[in-house]
Amino acid sequence: MEIFVTAVTIFVLAIFVGFEIITKIPPILHTPLMSGSNAISGITLIGALYAAGIEESNITKILGLFSVIFATINVVGGFLVTHRMLGMFKKKDAPK
Amino acid sequence: MELISILNLSYLVASILFIVGIKQLAHPKTATRGNLLGALGMLIAVVATLFDKAILTYDWILVGVLIGSLIGIILAIKIQMTAMPQLVAILNGFGGIASVFVAGAALQLSIPKYAFAVNYQEIVSIVFSAIVGGITFSGSFIAFGKLQGFITEKAVRYPGDQLVKILVGLTAVGLGVYGCLVPTDESIYWILSGVSLLLGVFLVIPIGGADMPVVISLLNSYSGIAASATGFVLNNNVLIIAGSLVGASGIILTQIMCKAMNRSLTNVLFGGFGAVATEMKDDGDFYSGKVKSTSAEEVAMLLDVARSVVIVPGYGMAVAQAQHTVRDLYQLLTARGIDVTFAIHPVAGRMPGHMNVLLAEADIPYDRLKEMDEINSTFENVDVVIVNGANDVTNPLAKTDPKSPIAGMPILDVGNAKTVVVIKRSLSPGFAGVPNPLFIADNCLMLFGDGKKATQEMIAALKES
Repeated sequence: MEIFVTAVTIFVLAIFVGFEIITKIPPILHTPLMSGSNAISGITLIGALYAAGIEESNITKILGLFSVIFATINVVGGFLVTHRMLGMFKKKDAPK
Repeated sequence: MELISILNLSYLVASILFIVGIKQLAHPKTATRGNLLGALGMLIAVVATLFDKAILTYDWILVGVLIGSLIGIILAIKIQMTAMPQLVAILNGFGGIASVFVAGAALQLSIPKYAFAVNYQEIVSIVFSAIVGGITFSGSFIAFGKLQGFITEKAVRYPGDQLVKILVGLTAVGLGVYGCLVPTDESIYWILSGVSLLLGVFLVIPIGGADMPVVISLLNSYSGIAASATGFVLNNNVLIIAGSLVGASGIILTQIMCKAMNRSLTNVLFGGFGAVATEMKDDGDFYSGKVKSTSAEEVAMLLDVARSVVIVPGYGMAVAQAQHTVRDLYQLLTARGIDVTFAIHPVAGRMPGHMNVLLAEADIPYDRLKEMDEINSTFENVDVVIVNGANDVTNPLAKTDPKSPIAGMPILDVGNAKTVVVIKRSLSPGFAGVPNPLFIADNCLMLFGDGKKATQEMIAALKES
């Protein structure tokens, strides 16, 4: 129970932090924000690593393998495409 | 220091990097660094996890990471900027299904323990992951299919569709509760995951293509919540923090979009543009004989004497891949001393801010892009407005016809300008499926054609004059 209360506390506080920082983001950056935060949701990868790395049964290993693949696509694809998009905004600083 | 403390401290560092990273996404100057900080946070979290003593074998992990990275890199590099919403949707879906599998694996590990004592925090979180993750996966793929044109963009409605949704939803909840009460029965988990996948399909298929951005943003939020739930399963703070950050960001963007379309979230999820639109009267008569069509040469003459020009880019422009040609037009006009700005409707393109990305891709300086609220009051002083492939966002019906499906949606008041030139391939209605009275207004000229070709012709005509 103690652990659960701590977890809920962290969850609720993080939501407040999220609301605070995200409402300040201007509309021109909403699409990169969406794909960037999407990449962060690939944090499930951490769980996937445990599933794939624990020597338990073949079923957990197979589930782990697939979850590692999917979560990695989410993480790598998400950060990379966000970077690509933001690179386009950056060029604007250079004089024409 | 114990290994577990080092691990948890690494997770703390990763969480801080995520928060600072998102914060830096708030400004174009720091955004790139913000994204890199987020990626660094992810790397730290992953590397730290690999040192955990619970992880014994690395072969499957290595194979998974390699395959996943390869697919991720290819997707990210190959994707066209116009297809960005689709990509976000599938990536999101992958995150969702990963949560389902992780929770499934966690259940496998825990079942032997449950014979003695059930850990309710764990089992409730596992069940929750299955439902949210499942909905995220199938819902995201339906959204992808609709945007990509694999599935009809129209809202698929049938008699009793709301009832079907409720029944499938209740089945999922029922199975979820049963799964918590009898956690040792593993098959329940997989049936539940299947039902959740079905629920995702039923929830998204009745929603029209125009509303997909809202759906994607909402599903993005769900994938964060699913990751957070996985954090509750594994008692892992970095998952809880990162997941709830994403959950919050998705919800906020969803709200912003709903506001931009003047619709409530319930209306988007259970109403649907397309369904209303089919009841609208045939627009064959609506335009007949009242539309003035023009030529690129005539528009060039108008532009020649104009002092201020506003370009309204829409999705039609994006589909025609016309953003670079529009940039050429912008540079040509600017070189002639004409003040050119771009009016960006909050839902132009297919995601909030999507149009900004497309114009940025074409090197149009972002200080030339004006938000709707900023530019609307200035249209009276504008000589020529060029509407390129935008329809619904300029439709005055939103203000005049309370029964129209777009009633109350804030629009760009382009009709107030001296002359409006609309580049459009035909008079076909936009996403909302309603005719646009702007096209028959006295000061409106239609330039029929593809967004790119028409702009090229305009440039050619301008150079000749």
